[in-house]
This record gives sequence, C-alpha cells and structure tokens, in this order.
Amino acid sequence: MSFPLTLAIALPILIPLFSGALSVTGWRSRRVQRALAVIGTGLLLLASILLLHAVWQDGFVVMEMGSWPAPFGIVLVADLLAAIMVLLAAITGFATAIYSLSTISERHERFGYYPLLHLLLAGVNGAFLTGDIFNLYVWFEVMLVASFALLILGGERAQMEGAIKYVTLNLVSSAIFLSAIGLLYGLVGTLNMADIAAKLATVDDTGLVNVVAMLFFVAFGIKAAAFPFFFWLPASYHTPQVAVSALFAGLLTKVGVYALFRVFTLIFNISDSLTHAMLVWMAGLTMLTGVLGAAAQFEFRRILSFHIISQIGYMIMGLALAPLSPLALTGGIFYIVHHIIVKANLFLISGLVYCLRGSYELKHLGGLYRDKPWLGILFLVSAFSLAGMPPLSGFFAKFIVIRAGIEANAWWLVATALVVGLLTLYSMTKIWAEVFWKAAPTEDNATRPASGDLRALYATIAALALMTLCIGLGAQPVFELAQRSAEQLLDPSRYIEAVLGERL
Amino acid sequence: METLMAFVIGVLYATATYMMLRRSIVKLVIGLVLLSNAANLLLFTTAGMMRGAPPLVPEGALQPEGPVADPLAQALILTAIVIGFGVLAFAVVLIRRAYDVVRADDINRMKGTDT
Repeated sequence: MSFPLTLAIALPILIPLFSGALSVTGWRSRRVQRALAVIGTGLLLLASILLLHAVWQDGFVVMEMGSWPAPFGIVLVADLLAAIMVLLAAITGFATAIYSLSTISERHERFGYYPLLHLLLAGVNGAFLTGDIFNLYVWFEVMLVASFALLILGGERAQMEGAIKYVTLNLVSSAIFLSAIGLLYGLVGTLNMADIAAKLATVDDTGLVNVVAMLFFVAFGIKAAAFPFFFWLPASYHTPQVAVSALFAGLLTKVGVYALFRVFTLIFNISDSLTHAMLVWMAGLTMLTGVLGAAAQFEFRRILSFHIISQIGYMIMGLALAPLSPLALTGGIFYIVHHIIVKANLFLISGLVYCLRGSYELKHLGGLYRDKPWLGILFLVSAFSLAGMPPLSGFFAKFIVIRAGIEANAWWLVATALVVGLLTLYSMTKIWAEVFWKAAPTEDNATRPASGDLRALYATIAALALMTLCIGLGAQPVFELAQRSAEQLLDPSRYIEAVLGERL
Repeated sequence: METLMAFVIGVLYATATYMMLRRSIVKLVIGLVLLSNAANLLLFTTAGMMRGAPPLVPEGALQPEGPVADPLAQALILTAIVIGFGVLAFAVVLIRRAYDVVRADDINRMKGTDT
C-alpha cells in the first residue's frame, strides 16, 4: 500500500492533535486560536473526505503504527463505517468551530476552549479509527477528559451539578470497560480486535465470553446513553455553552453507538439469544423513555437532550435486528448519518434563538416566526427531519429501520418505533408552537444580550439544514454507502483478513 | 495467589460501589478511586501471575527460555493507572469547585439540573 494512503488514515487524528497543540502555544492570542480552530477543522474535513474516498476504493485501509506487524503492534483500521463516522465528526467539528467564533465569549476562550475542542475531535476520531481494544479505551479517555473540561467551562452552578453526574457515570463506564478488557485479555491473550475476533471463536468457555460481552454491553450502553443507563445525559447536556452542547449531542453518544456496532458485529456473536434479546429490549425502551421524557420538558435544550436518547434507540434497533434482516444494519448506519447532522443543527438553532431572545425556556419565548421567518423555516426542516417527514433525511432513516423490523417480524419494535416517531412530531410541534408561532410574552423581563453579528450562525445552520435536505432528496448514494458498510460489518472475516492478512 | 487477589478485587469493587452510593461527593470520589484500582488489579491478575521470571531474552537467543511473565499486562495497567490518575485529579478539582458553588457536600442538594 502506498505511503500517502496509509497516512490518510492517521491524518484525522494527527490534524486535531497538532492544531490543538499549536492552539495551546498561541494561548495569549485570541486571533491565533480562532484562526486555528477554523483552519484545523477545515483541514480535518478535507482529510476525512480523502479517507472516505480511499476506503470506498479499497474497502479497508490499515496502518500498522511504528511498522509493528499486526497482532503485536497497534493498528489503525478504517472500514467504511469508521470513515463515515470520521467524516461526520469533521462536519460537526467544522460547523461548531465556525459557530463558536460568534457565540463563545472571550472569557470562555481564555479558559482554553479551542485547544479542548481540538483534543475532543482527536479523541473521537481515534476511537473511530483504532483497531486495538485497549487503544480504544485510551481514546475514550482522551475524549472524556476533553469533554469534562468543555462541560464545566464557565463554572456555573448548573454546570457543576450536571458535571458531577456526567463524570461519575462515565468513569464507572470506563472502569467496566477496563474490567472487560482485562477479562478478555485473560481469555484470548491479545488486544488486536481482529485477532480477538479470530481467537474468541475457538474459546469454549461460553459462560465467561457472555460475561465479557455483557460488560462491554453495559460500558458502551452508558456511553451511548441507552436505557437504563442514560441518566447522565439529560442532567448535563443542557448546561454548557450551546456550541459545546451541539458538539456533544452530535458526536459523543454516537461514539458509544459506534463501539456497540463494532464490538457486537466483529467480536461477539449478535445472534446469540441473550445478546439479541438484551439489544432488542434496550432499543425499544430507549426509544420510548427518551421520547416520553421529552414530552414532560419545557426547556428548548432539555427537550432536544431527551430526543437524543430516543433516537439512539433507533440506531440500536438497527443493530439488534441485524441477524434477522440484512437491511437492519444499513438502516442503523443511515440513521447515524442523519441523526448527527440534524441533532447538532437543532442545538445550534436553540443557541441562535437564545442569542435573539435570551432564553431557553419555552414560556419566555414566542413570536419568532413574525420576526425571523427564515429561521422558522430552517427549524422546521430540521425538526421535521428528526420526526421523520418525507422527503427529509429522517424519513428514509426511519423507513429503512422500520422496513427491516417488518422483515424481521419484530412487530413490537416496529410499533414502538412508529409511536415514538409520532411523539417526536408532537415534541417538535410543541417547540414550533411555543417558540415561533405563539405571540411573544408581554412581560419583557427577559434580558436580551446585545445581538452581535449573527451571519455566521445563520450560515452554519443553513448549511446543515441543506445537508439534511440533500440526504433526503438524494438518498440513494447515502443508502449505497450505508449498505456497503453494513455488508462489511456483517462479514467480519473481511475485517480480520484485512488486518491480519496472510498471518492468519 | 490468584484466589487471594480475587478476594481483594472483589472487596475493592464492593467497597467502591458502597462508597459511590453515599450522598457525600467526597465519598463518591473515593469510590471512583477504588473502582479504578479494582479494574487495574483485575487487568493485572487475569493476564496470569508469575513470580521471578522476567521476560528477558538471553544473549544470543531469539526467545526467552521457558515460561516468562507477560509484560504486556503490566504495560496496560501502567497506562490505565496514569489515565486513571489524570481523570481522578480532574474529579477532585471538580468536587472542590462544586463545593465552592453549592456550599454542600451532599448530592441531594445538587438536583437543580434533574427534573
């Protein structure tokens, strides 16, 4: 394999690391940090497109770090799913960086906002690209430390209270993950994921294998905010700066979902009845509790936070039904693509509403459609996409997942998915009616921050809304991409062969 | 030795869980410290314990003679200890800041963001 191609896989990790380090050296200069944020994430976007192109051509791109051969050294592996996730991370990162320029105050910038942003992206991309289970843990921790610091940036009371729950549950998840790695290493004596997958098939002790599988299930379930492990998410996601909220909402839980997809297609056998039943129940209850939680909320970002949880349920449904229907995993991947863009955009819109009106509380808001009709339209595009209205991206995502459910005869899950879709629509119309449609409240105690230059915010939101529209109108290429990556996931021997090659 | 370690690890997990279920945020962090140490010890023990056999290759040979201790597990827990240390240092600073803001060492008084 040619040198530049193998380098393409390291770039999505190296670029944010370098721009983060440079950003630290330019600590005193606000302008340097802001420029680096846009340039760094822009370069990351280019690198991730390059990587996706390379993976689309070759199927797998593998790089052995330090030229240590595969089962012994750490490998970076990009299959289509990883490349798609990296591209989505880059899109979210770039959008957030531009959005941050106008919304993050100088005080927050001085606390090191931009270096942390780069570090978070490096951690997320590392987690997507690594082919080594312990290295995955390390990237998780890199991502977590950056997210801890971003979460409490500013140091308000709500942030502290949210952060304690977020930090505790995520550290518990890390400890469970580490314990699972320990037991797995004791079983097979290797850390390379492809090697583990090959060797675990020969292990007879199915009891212990199941225990390890369940430990991974719980650890990643906490990261993905699935039922019943989601409590850290609604307690913390509405507290930080809105750009941080958007980045977290788009990316962090999806890293957990990605890890579930990776581990339960490659390493553990998902058609095992226990794992399958657990995933099915988890998917259904995650969808339901998330959307019911949202129905009880009357704060813009809290409603959106609960909807993250319910949407995670659809992705897990795609994974859970994978052994029963070939379409299911395709649907799950399509759902991730759609969800990251739409959810990040909805948070960005809530931030713009805050810039205009100075509140996230629905009862303090109103009448925005009269003042800013275009913002209303942009919100409707994203909100309807989230609820699954044709011809937006959410319709096709839900359609594929539900179609797979029908093929798999999982009627209860299909019914839940449809009801949850309806309730999502209810939630979105609630926001629409309260924020945009109803008359503005007359008592004007809402403190209106000085509205600066908001053009960058509109541009970011419009670009992401356009992306939703494009994925909806031109669903075929995205569907093919999702389908090919699902095929790769469903045939783990290809991954194993790509990593271990003839050494197998 | 393995049996003893198994008991130690089990007690550590149990104590950690108990401490994390307390209302005090200080005890919460102590629980997290114990939990991370329990996981490290588990990693150390499951890789197989061996005494007095360092993984050294004698001069002129291509591989060590006889069974040797697994160096990888030790590298792993070294990494895990360092990461755990960093993260827990953050947690300690966090509870201090939280105490400054809330003026209470009690999780029940930190329900503002729940519903």
